[in-house]
Amino acid sequence: MQRAVDYPYKINPMSKKIAPVTQSDFIKAYRLILTSRVLEEKLAGLYRAGMITGGVFLGRGQEALSVSVGIQLRRGDIFAPLIRDQAGRLAFGDTVLDTLRTYLGSQLGSMRGRDGNIHRGRPRDGYYAMISHLGAMIPSVAGALLARRLKGEQGAVGATCIGDGGTSTGAFHEGLNAAAVDKLPLIVVVANNQYAYSTPNSRQYACADLLDKAAGYGVGAHKADGTNLMDCLQTLRNAIHAAREGGGPQLVVADLLRLVGHGEHDDFAYLDPKLKKSAVGSDCVLLAEKHIIDQGWHTADEVAAWRRETESEVNATADRVRREPLPDPSEDDWAALSRPEYREQYAAS
Amino acid sequence: MITYLEAIRLAQQQALATDPRVFLYGQDIGSFGGAFKATKNLSAEFPGRVLDAPLSEDAIVGMAIGAAIEGARPIVEMQFADFSTCGLNQIVNHAATLFYRTSVPCPIVVRLPSGGTSGGGPFHSQSLEAIYAHWPGLVVVTPATVEDAYTMLLEAVNIDDPVIFCEHKFLYYHLKADSLPETALPIGKARIARAGRDATIVTHGAMLHESLAAAQDLLEDGYEIEVVDLRSVKPLDTDTILASVARTGRLLCVSEEWPWGGVTAEVLARVATEGFGLLDAAPMRINAKDTPVPYHPDLWAAHRPTASTIAAAARRLLHI
Repeated sequence: MQRAVDYPYKINPMSKKIAPVTQSDFIKAYRLILTSRVLEEKLAGLYRAGMITGGVFLGRGQEALSVSVGIQLRRGDIFAPLIRDQAGRLAFGDTVLDTLRTYLGSQLGSMRGRDGNIHRGRPRDGYYAMISHLGAMIPSVAGALLARRLKGEQGAVGATCIGDGGTSTGAFHEGLNAAAVDKLPLIVVVANNQYAYSTPNSRQYACADLLDKAAGYGVGAHKADGTNLMDCLQTLRNAIHAAREGGGPQLVVADLLRLVGHGEHDDFAYLDPKLKKSAVGSDCVLLAEKHIIDQGWHTADEVAAWRRETESEVNATADRVRREPLPDPSEDDWAALSRPEYREQYAAS
Repeated sequence: MITYLEAIRLAQQQALATDPRVFLYGQDIGSFGGAFKATKNLSAEFPGRVLDAPLSEDAIVGMAIGAAIEGARPIVEMQFADFSTCGLNQIVNHAATLFYRTSVPCPIVVRLPSGGTSGGGPFHSQSLEAIYAHWPGLVVVTPATVEDAYTMLLEAVNIDDPVIFCEHKFLYYHLKADSLPETALPIGKARIARAGRDATIVTHGAMLHESLAAAQDLLEDGYEIEVVDLRSVKPLDTDTILASVARTGRLLCVSEEWPWGGVTAEVLARVATEGFGLLDAAPMRINAKDTPVPYHPDLWAAHRPTASTIAAAARRLLHI
């Protein structure tokens, strides 16, 4: 499953051996991807009911990879998720409540209606709020790690996620290269989901495998089966360990298929049916559920009960958020600068 | 004597010495000391805090943003203002939006060696203050004196918001001062660089000195021209501009930028909308020509406003 782990830098030989992923780790991760799946189904329903303004972008099919990033970061680490990282966000400490608040524009959400949907975060907690311009978060996480180093802090890592399309941006190249030059403990996780909006990989890149890029940048390389939760958990554990132990930046590439359109407005008519039937087309949540049952860890009834419990929580939270106040234009201070004396009052506005 | 360039170097030295959060990041700024030597000897004096960056303007600004979120106070050097367009996305979409979106400020300083010098040509001469001023969330300053180069850079480091520091290359070597001040006008306040009563010239950057020379020229004709040095173009000190126009009744706005939608357009728009009754004549403006900045010294000298073209425009304004 795992291959091509050629670290360009030596991992500290004194460091502890990388622990294998346990049953308990797997169950914990499964509960999170189940929550992510149920929450996103709710978001899609709210969108279809006309209750969400703007886009809804789901991570269906990418949950196993995403959760594996968020769940294995520690307090004090930095995480800059991308659009299909609901599972990783929940694993890193984001909540169903704040997700719904941001999508529904609640004044009480972390973005206060000033930004929406997946553009949310709490930078002071190391949970960065992505901008839409792909690749931009890579150098930003690298810079955060550089600042930690300058402060003399050790042991923290930063992870950020990107897709196959995002690997074509200048920011991806510049950010990963700059991080490699300074050997920063950065993990860049590529969800190779076969499409950038509608653009297939054949029009996105010409290398045999996106993992080939790692050698060019002189960074560690890790490949995961994005449909397989166990493999994703172990691969991300390895990559994060390598970065934490001084191995410099690590590139993780996981092959998988986005199981929905780019957003809920997109009917995904361009999906090649052959991909759906191929190995990458499997649903990671269903495979993980099957694994739990096949291993005899829990029964199908127990897993079904988890889903009902999660649905109940998500529905109750959505009902609560829909009663919350919306942002009031007359109360917004309309201030883009933190220092009040720099805010200009225009006669015309 | 301290040059404008040395003032910038000394301000960075002072910031590094007094604030452990400060570090410098940019191309060739380490042991080489920078393309213009604005960081000369600083990497030796402050080991590990003056860092050479790859040729990656997007990553340079992006890294500064992440470092700022973590509590650092990065000063980044763009080798030339012209190359900052390669980092534009991070400046205007990330740094400038961060506070409004997340309530977390982004205290970065982006130094832009700006403006034309003889032989600079199309890609080493640009004045980009207006495009940065267009985006909400940025402070844009244009120091025109040695004193301001020093004090405004030190002040910029202490501002919690992103500051675009447009330092003018034409002033680097020939502008000199005996000493550096301890106190200064705060960023956001314009300065009356020369008092007068017959007309107001509003300007910034290297054009301050061309405008002062024009004002001196006009004095021989008996005209007393007031010259306002904006110091910062965002925020723009509309009060000082309007107060000056109230005294003189006539306004000429001068900038080395291209004419379309720049600082002169903004100043004229504000005076026309907020101080129309103060004007005795239609306001005027003079900018660089609307072409790329030419290489040849003769073409370049005719491309940008100079003391003689400013004086000629002022005479037309005075005779209306």
